[in-house]
Amino acid sequence: MAKITFPIGPQHPALKEPESFKITAEGECVVDVDIRLGYVHRSIEAACLARNYVQGQYVCERICGICSHIHSNTFARAVEDLLQLEVPARAKYLRVLVAELERIHSHLLWLGVAAHEVGFDTLFMYVWRDREVVQDLLEMITGNRVHYGFTTIGGTKFDLTPQMADKCTEGLMVLRERTEYYKQVATTESSFLKRVEGVGVLTEQQARELGAVGPTARASNVPYDARWVFPYDAYPELDYQPITSDLGDVLGRTIVRVLETFQAIDICEEVLRRLPEGDIQVRAKPRVPEGETVARCEAPRGEVFYYIRSNGTDKPARVKVRTPSLANWPATIAMLEGAYVADAPIIIASIDPCMSCTDR
Amino acid sequence: MPLFYVLIFPGFLFLLAFALFAEYFDRKVVARLQNRQGPPWYQPLADTIKLLSKEDIITHDADKPMVNTVPLFGLAAVAASFLYVPMWTKDWHFSFQGDLIVVLYLLTIPAFVLVLLGWYSPNPFGSIGTGRVVTQLFGYEVPFALALLAPAIAAQSWRITDLLAYQDDHYWFALITPIAFLVAIAGLVGKLERVPFDIPHAETEIVEGPMTEYTGRKYALLKLMFSTETVVGAVLIAAIFLGGPHLPWVTKAVAGTAVAPLVGFLAVVLKALFIVFLLSVIKAALTRLRIDQMVRWCLTWLTFPILIQILYIVIVGSM
Repeated sequence: MAKITFPIGPQHPALKEPESFKITAEGECVVDVDIRLGYVHRSIEAACLARNYVQGQYVCERICGICSHIHSNTFARAVEDLLQLEVPARAKYLRVLVAELERIHSHLLWLGVAAHEVGFDTLFMYVWRDREVVQDLLEMITGNRVHYGFTTIGGTKFDLTPQMADKCTEGLMVLRERTEYYKQVATTESSFLKRVEGVGVLTEQQARELGAVGPTARASNVPYDARWVFPYDAYPELDYQPITSDLGDVLGRTIVRVLETFQAIDICEEVLRRLPEGDIQVRAKPRVPEGETVARCEAPRGEVFYYIRSNGTDKPARVKVRTPSLANWPATIAMLEGAYVADAPIIIASIDPCMSCTDR
Repeated sequence: MPLFYVLIFPGFLFLLAFALFAEYFDRKVVARLQNRQGPPWYQPLADTIKLLSKEDIITHDADKPMVNTVPLFGLAAVAASFLYVPMWTKDWHFSFQGDLIVVLYLLTIPAFVLVLLGWYSPNPFGSIGTGRVVTQLFGYEVPFALALLAPAIAAQSWRITDLLAYQDDHYWFALITPIAFLVAIAGLVGKLERVPFDIPHAETEIVEGPMTEYTGRKYALLKLMFSTETVVGAVLIAAIFLGGPHLPWVTKAVAGTAVAPLVGFLAVVLKALFIVFLLSVIKAALTRLRIDQMVRWCLTWLTFPILIQILYIVIVGSM
């Protein structure tokens, strides 16, 4: 049969952000994939070098529009490490709270996108409607829906009032109930299962060899979660286990993300219960002593990795960001090879790709 | 008078109005099922006018005469088939022996229009879409035709008005041959390329499939082709399985009076909208299948049951 090469992207209805996949197919089977990155490259790493640390954190938050808190948080943690600053306990807990709310919103967003990719628009609409609950909570706490500007070097910018905590508890109850329903739909609706079961399989060995991270790796039974492998913020005091699945297919990734949503709700509730009193910020000096450091956080998509080198001024000498989407592309190619053309969009979507993160 | 019938009512103009209304109805129902607001009633008309007024682009490598004529051809075929489905009475003036076959034949043409569209547009999504149209055709076309022939076998006529008369005397075919009714609905979903069988123009996979390169007027015509096909398919199934203009008790009560055509007309429109409603619910409830899953599903759950249904009719009929 004749081979046919067709593009998914940079402009394609399946992709919400520009990135190019050249797929070579024989009939309905994918034989080769070529990924081209860089369509939304914004030179953020270079932009950080021309700005001081406070501005740099602002810029880095804009790497991603979905996991923005994680980026500013990781940046802040790296700089705090260089400054040898101890963040107040309350700020640590608040950071975890926003990070987990962000995880809920990101995973619900993904579930909707995945449903849309396989043509299940009803689930898409319902999930996105209920995602507004967590968006409202985030807006209430931080004042923004997308770029929260919550973390600052040395703590957090905003405090949580008891009224806000009550509203959070109410919102989380609604979310738990709705997520329960979506879990049931996503794991029992037969026409949806037909499209995700056994599709885009990534074995445990492949996941380890290709360096997959986040839910993509955990769905292939690799229990790697930066929150508990390298505990940071308040995570050392929160005792949870990484959620894994041994299915390795798109269904496995769906289940892992849905269960992580429940876990995030649990963590949020525990944080609200245990939130210590005290300050939310300590003063940070603008000049950072010479040195280099790394910081890692578990974003909704996987591990975010920051490297910062300081030359003793108020501007960094080097900022390097490795985002989870970038780490997951090799695994995506492995999943796509031999798949059906019709499954290509859902397989690409199954790693929850963030093109803006990838290109920075 | 025949010109009035063909062009205005119940011909082309009425068909367009009905098709646009059915499209609105479908979109609104799906939107409400998905917890959305949905479009205002004039949205399909506004879409059509907008598309008609847009720039008409023909890709450089495309075959111009084919690209220009094929969408018109598809719409014309569907519009022609509408003349043979009874809109308000069982004594339909265009009726002739074998009109069921003609309607079935004309309703197959849109699929071939899509094949030609994809074939003559130099676009990889078009090529893949064309392949899928043809593959899918094998899945739904045979069961759909057999499902409509099952009542014909039972009534021993290839004429739609005879089928209506048979249902007047007995029960609706949806009750006599329920399997055929369900198979016909599923076949219509495949014919109209709606979820879960919207594989040939699966948006997130191959953009618009064979229609990817088409814009402006031609795209408007293709959209209209699908809307009109929805209406013709719905009226056809309403006529063959739901008694068409026949309503139990009511039809008998108003027979011979001046309101009889009006009652029949309303009955047909409501039944057709009921079919569209079923299609909308199916669309909102399901996920798109893959082409191989679709063909396998059609063979198992459409072709096989409909053969049993026909066997049953033949055996019962011969007793």
